[in-house]
Amino acid sequence: MTPGDRKRLRIGLLFVAPWLVGFAFLTCYPVLSSIYYSFCDYDVLSRPVWVGLLNYQDLTSDGVFWQSVRNTLLFNLIALPLGLLTSLALALLLNQPVRMKGAFRAIYYLPSLVPAVAGSMVWLWILNGKLGLLNQALQAVGIHHPPQWLGDPAWTKPSLALVSLWGCGNTVVIYLAALQGVPRTLLEAAMIDGASAWRRLIHITLPAISPVIYFNLLIAIIGGLQVFTSAFVMMGSGGAGPERSTLFYAIYIYQNAFEYRHMGYASAMAWVLCLLILVLTTAASRVARPFVHYQGD
Amino acid sequence: MPEFPLRRIALCLGLIGALAGCSRAPEAGAPGRVVIDYWEKWVGFEADSMRAVVDDFNRSQDRIEVHFLSVSEVDTKLLLATSSGHPPDVAGIWSENIPDFAEKGALTPLDRGLARHGLDASHYIPLFWDLCRHRGITWGVPTTPACVALFYNKKLFRAAGLDPEHPPATFAEFEAMSRRLTLVDIERDGRRIRMGFDSLTPAEQAGRHYDIVQVGHLPQDAGMFPSGWGCWFGAQFYDGDRRILANDAGNIAAYHWLQATALTYGVENLNNFTAGFGVAQSAQTPFLGGAEAMVMQGPWMPNFIAKFAPGMEWGIAACPAMPGIGGGAPVTLAQTDVVVVPKGAPHPREALEFICYLQRQDVAEKLARSQQKFTALRQVSDGFVATHPNRAISLFIALARSPAARYIPRLAIWREYDAELVVARERVLGLHASPEEALAEVQSRVQWKLDRGLRRWDLVGPERMAEWRSDDPW
Repeated sequence: MTPGDRKRLRIGLLFVAPWLVGFAFLTCYPVLSSIYYSFCDYDVLSRPVWVGLLNYQDLTSDGVFWQSVRNTLLFNLIALPLGLLTSLALALLLNQPVRMKGAFRAIYYLPSLVPAVAGSMVWLWILNGKLGLLNQALQAVGIHHPPQWLGDPAWTKPSLALVSLWGCGNTVVIYLAALQGVPRTLLEAAMIDGASAWRRLIHITLPAISPVIYFNLLIAIIGGLQVFTSAFVMMGSGGAGPERSTLFYAIYIYQNAFEYRHMGYASAMAWVLCLLILVLTTAASRVARPFVHYQGD
Repeated sequence: MPEFPLRRIALCLGLIGALAGCSRAPEAGAPGRVVIDYWEKWVGFEADSMRAVVDDFNRSQDRIEVHFLSVSEVDTKLLLATSSGHPPDVAGIWSENIPDFAEKGALTPLDRGLARHGLDASHYIPLFWDLCRHRGITWGVPTTPACVALFYNKKLFRAAGLDPEHPPATFAEFEAMSRRLTLVDIERDGRRIRMGFDSLTPAEQAGRHYDIVQVGHLPQDAGMFPSGWGCWFGAQFYDGDRRILANDAGNIAAYHWLQATALTYGVENLNNFTAGFGVAQSAQTPFLGGAEAMVMQGPWMPNFIAKFAPGMEWGIAACPAMPGIGGGAPVTLAQTDVVVVPKGAPHPREALEFICYLQRQDVAEKLARSQQKFTALRQVSDGFVATHPNRAISLFIALARSPAARYIPRLAIWREYDAELVVARERVLGLHASPEEALAEVQSRVQWKLDRGLRRWDLVGPERMAEWRSDDPW
């Protein structure tokens, strides 16, 4: 290495140093520490006390932990397909050659630019059981006792799934980009052969964008298991909602870490979540692989 | 090609790092004075009243300057600041924080310091002194205490045909008045009419096809203490040692009473009624909005009435307890705001001097008066009650001194216990569980949490106690 190379290396390292330092101290160190703390009784202030596997054993007998797992999975069972299908449907519509296409795309993307907390506050009022716009509209069309969207434990998860659609603009943009890459020649050939729009969608468009659907599915699983903000802002009891119906996994981690200061227990929960995400994304990959077609396959 | 200014960039980055807070910047204050930081939870007029007291202190001497800072979520931020080694010198928190914070090592024991300033239990109403102690050690001193009483709306009493000068004296009366004060909108002969719940036919009451527009009392709207109804039914909550008593007979009776409300008026009707109300201490609460006739609240309530419902004609009384509870003495639930010296505070001696200043009778009374509260001191000056802006203050003082006055258990896991009681209340009010089932679950979960805490305490307790007993930064 010449002196010039060494100098360039130093300059390069200096430029990436903020990122490297940030990554080492703000990401790597906390992540590695949390492995150690997950085996400790640790409240942040006093020194950690080694308890071995006790936190993990306690998780198995903690009924609220299992309730948070159930809530998170149930929410995803509603929100995940709803989100994927709605954004795909919107992308297909916004891909049609209509006038003011650009304006429609901008309108549907706009909600994604609204900060999650501000959006949640708006939805809090839309879904208010007595004064909310939604229930006022339902009453106007003859439904005299519309649901208490955020007050009835049976409706809280579907309500939050509905709210999650508010931010689907990002996924729509990814689908739109993928739709631009669907080979026009194939679509035209199918049209000449008399294929209907539905058959073209099923046999050409969807297989062509299947890698993007697969990508969005994985991102949705990872994000869905960490659902936090909307419940935290909109629901009472620190996000847990009525009868803990919206106590999602991430909210229970937050409660243990920052409200009750059981940092060791919360660390154990975080590592179990990491494992859960790994298992579910691996399973999703296995199930989805036969349906994903890459160019050149 | 000019040389890349590597050294200059490195120097600039170093300077930025130093300025950004790699070290604690010295506080600005008058020359020769020790500056102490005081974080307090209060905002608005409550913060202003303490700021005035701090200004008095700063003017009263020339050695210490207190910097007052109103901090939201002060309990969480205090713990984070203490764990990072940069706590304030004084912090204003709630008495229920003390067991938790003390056991986590976030506070400095005050006993020796207070003794040097001549302060001890004899200066305080015993209940409030007890609230500042945990495991036999004093961790804070009271600033403004509080307890709860029943506020009622005289206009609504009059409209229901009740004597506004006679609030309920027994629990049975409280229940009867509550029903009489409840108004509903109902369809009769194709017309929608408003009438008292008691005027409905038994079939209409049982059918529950009506909308509630006003209630006598809403059990879930219980001011700062929504889990505390058990006190009026003789519940104990905790044996003071190793046993949680969430499902003792008193608490089960209280939860049966809660469930009776849902059974009488219907879960859906109550949910519809409460759905439109907003956050506490706003004009959108049922009581301040004129949709609830009686509410359990503390001495701060006249401030909020003056602000959000200035025309309200209100009265106040001790909330009656179930027969036999309290032995004839009025029952209330009390707590207090406290000031503490966090562990690792940079100027503990000066901090102690300031918090002892707050205990002077004239200072404590000035603060209490401006917040419309009372003081935790045994002595009350001659004109304090007569000239107090809160006309209900004598009742609150009497309630706080009542032998039947209660406080929430001094438990490090109280916050978790309270969260469990809230879930149980929701399940019981939603008719998803019987009081026995819901409270048995609370009992099992909180006992499990207590056992976990005790397991840790058994490991570190003796060492911690020795450390606290020898701690003397004064």
